[in-house]
Amino acid sequence: MLKTRIIPCLDVADGRVVKGVNFVDLVDAGDPVEQAQAYDAAGADELCFLDIHATHENRGTMYDLATRTAEQCFMPLTIGGGVRTVDDVRNLLLAGADKVSFNSAAVADPDVVARAADRFGSQCIVVAIDAKTVSPGKWEIFTHGGRKPTGIDAVEFAKTVVARGAGEILLTSMDRDGTKQGFNIPLTRAIADAVPVPVIASGGVGTLDHLVEGVTEGHASAVLAASIFHFGTYSIAEAKAHMAAAGIPVRLDR
Amino acid sequence: MTTVLIDYDSGNLHSAEKAFQRMALETGAGKVVVTADPDAVARADRIVLPGDGAFPACRRGLQAIDGLEEAITEAVEARAVPFLGICVGMQMLTTWGREYEDVRGFGWIPGEVTRITPTDPALKVPHMGWNDLVIDAVHPVLDGLQTGDHAYFVHSYAMRVTEAAHLLAHAEYGGPVTAIVGTRNVVGTQFHPEKSQRAGLRLIANFLGWRP
Repeated sequence: MLKTRIIPCLDVADGRVVKGVNFVDLVDAGDPVEQAQAYDAAGADELCFLDIHATHENRGTMYDLATRTAEQCFMPLTIGGGVRTVDDVRNLLLAGADKVSFNSAAVADPDVVARAADRFGSQCIVVAIDAKTVSPGKWEIFTHGGRKPTGIDAVEFAKTVVARGAGEILLTSMDRDGTKQGFNIPLTRAIADAVPVPVIASGGVGTLDHLVEGVTEGHASAVLAASIFHFGTYSIAEAKAHMAAAGIPVRLDR
Repeated sequence: MTTVLIDYDSGNLHSAEKAFQRMALETGAGKVVVTADPDAVARADRIVLPGDGAFPACRRGLQAIDGLEEAITEAVEARAVPFLGICVGMQMLTTWGREYEDVRGFGWIPGEVTRITPTDPALKVPHMGWNDLVIDAVHPVLDGLQTGDHAYFVHSYAMRVTEAAHLLAHAEYGGPVTAIVGTRNVVGTQFHPEKSQRAGLRLIANFLGWRP
């Protein structure tokens, strides 16, 4: 049986791990490769690096990070943040990423998803959707770290990018991110039920019950969290044990 | 002894290279070389063929390198060199790939590659993540692996083998999904051993020591 994935996310700026609270007030907290090794040993199912200050000038830092992580961690690694072109995808894959995540660039031009998927396969193309509630049951895409509204409906956009070849959706609720109030369940479920590909729920995890809700009520295939793991509130093992007790299949290796 | 990882511009070989190098070092299995050079393939003691993306694109990628496919075929068929295919590299061991269009594979393991159609419509495609293996046959490359061990899968198409004896392990995903195949000096894994932590590294070590 396929297991529900638990994915710790490391927000990275200039080669260092930071964690945003509502995408501001960054706290510097460590070396990404060391963190990645710790999560690997702890039984995380995948890792995600988000380059939150991605600029053309600091791309090399992320390639180096991907390479060094892939040398140490024999588990799947997704990298996102500032990915704009098919060449960006290629460079990150060659550096050591297993999946690459588009965000704003897919909003500006959904065809870039198709070009990347045609070239490298849907299995390595993720689209990260940052959505905010605009009215009950209605969610809008925001770009540029949640600062820029686009007027685009999040559910429709998810369907569009999946039709273009996205193999997975990383869905972040901008209302919940950093709040520890739990995932935005109606949003997560609306998108998970609307697309045939896996949806990773993100944004707002504060307790282990939130992880369970993301799967049982939000219908997510994977759950992503940063702070609760990063600051040691809960361990990966505690998260897995809690989910298993709630009847969710997780990977517990002998 | 030299293990060649074939690089034909199909995705990320970095983690595969590092995983094979690490296990080669641990087991004293010699050098691991990443190359597209047909001469290096012709001299290799072991061959690993990775592959990400679509079957037709991978097939064409191989054929685009002059003499590469001939070198692989000669090594596998005439010299009986141990060969491991990974993901689409495994899928290409079979007769037909039916992703977008019908494309021939190497034909060493009779069968075809078709889209995964889980019986439960709630199951997502791609089949992405950790699934547990069900071991179907005893094989030296599976030494130390057992039913229930987890492997990392990411694919939308899967191989259906014609002869049950070629199926070494499968996973359950709304029906059986072929996970490991083998015949003579050839084995293949649908999942990524280089991404599958303990079980994956064990399988790599087993392959590096395999004398079919």
